[in-house]
Amino acid sequence: MQFFGGSEISPSPPAPTASGNNGHMLYVFNRNGICLLYREWNRPLHTLNAQQDHKLMFGLLFSLKSLTAKMDPTSAEKGNLGVPQLPGQGCSFHSFRTNTYKLSFMETPSGIKIILVTHPRTGDLRESLKYIYNLYVEYVVKNPLYTPGSPIRSELFNTTLDQYVRGIA
Amino acid sequence: MAAIYSLYIINKSGGLIYYKDYGSAGRMDTNDTLRVASLWHSMHAISQQLSPVSGCSGIELLQADTFDLHCFQSLTGTKFFAVCEPGTQQIESLLKYIYELYTDYVLKNPFYEIEMPIRCELFDINLTQSVQKDRVALLGQ
Repeated sequence: MQFFGGSEISPSPPAPTASGNNGHMLYVFNRNGICLLYREWNRPLHTLNAQQDHKLMFGLLFSLKSLTAKMDPTSAEKGNLGVPQLPGQGCSFHSFRTNTYKLSFMETPSGIKIILVTHPRTGDLRESLKYIYNLYVEYVVKNPLYTPGSPIRSELFNTTLDQYVRGIA
Repeated sequence: MAAIYSLYIINKSGGLIYYKDYGSAGRMDTNDTLRVASLWHSMHAISQQLSPVSGCSGIELLQADTFDLHCFQSLTGTKFFAVCEPGTQQIESLLKYIYELYTDYVLKNPFYEIEMPIRCELFDINLTQSVQKDRVALLGQ
C-alpha cells in the first residue's frame, strides 16, 4: 500500500457520474476509537443516537479485523481471537456488502480508520479512500491549529470532501 | 484456482452446527471454529443495526486481503457461509444449493434434532460431491 511519495491531490479525481447521491455516510476514527469526523449525506434511518452509533461502528470494525486475522486461510500462524491487532498486522478486510449498503474500510499505518458507506452496487473504493486520506493529510494534519485526536472542524476539508464524494461512481 | 477454503453452517442462535475445511493453511481447533462462528453471527446482526436505510438483512459478502467470505441466510435464520479465494464467482448459487442439500438430507432426516450439530452421512457425501463438481467446473473454464 502506497501512502507516501506517490499521489498528490492535483491529479484529478474520477469524473463525476450521473447520480451524485451515492454516498450515505463517512466516519473517520483514530486509533483510540475517537470519532474524528462523521459526515452524513443520505441517511433515512437512524437506529441509535450518535454516540452509540459511533461506538457500535468502531466495535464492529475492531471485531471484524480480529475475525479476518483469525480466519485467514493463507496464514498458518494465527493469533488468538480477540487479541488487539496492530495496524497492518494480520489479514484485514477492505469492504463488506449487505443488501442495502456497502461499507468500504481503510486503515492507515498510523491507525486512522476511514469508513465510507455507499450504495450496495458500488465498485472497489480503495483508491477513493486513499484519496480521502490524502485530503485529510493536506487539510487537517497540515493545519497548524489542529490538535491530533480531537474532532475535525475544518470547513474547507468538509467542502472538498463533500464535493469529492458526490463525484464517486 | 478459485475454490472454497472452508464452509460453516450456523443455527439461528449462532451456534456452529457444521464445519468443513477444504484446504486452509493451519487447522483451527474446534473451540476456535465455535468462537469464529458466534462472532460472525453477532457481526451479522450488528451490521443490520448500522444500515442507513431500512430493510437490511445482514452481510452478504465480506472482502478481505487474502479471502472473501460469502454468507447466505435462509428465511429461518440459518446461515451458510463460505471462506473462499478473492474473486471467486458463483459461490452464492453454491450456497443456495448447499441449503437445498441441507433441507433434503438433514431436515428430512427423522433422527436429526433441529439446531444440533449435523451428523448425517448422506449430507456429507452429497456436499463433497457438489463442492468437487464446482471445483472441476471452475478448472474447466
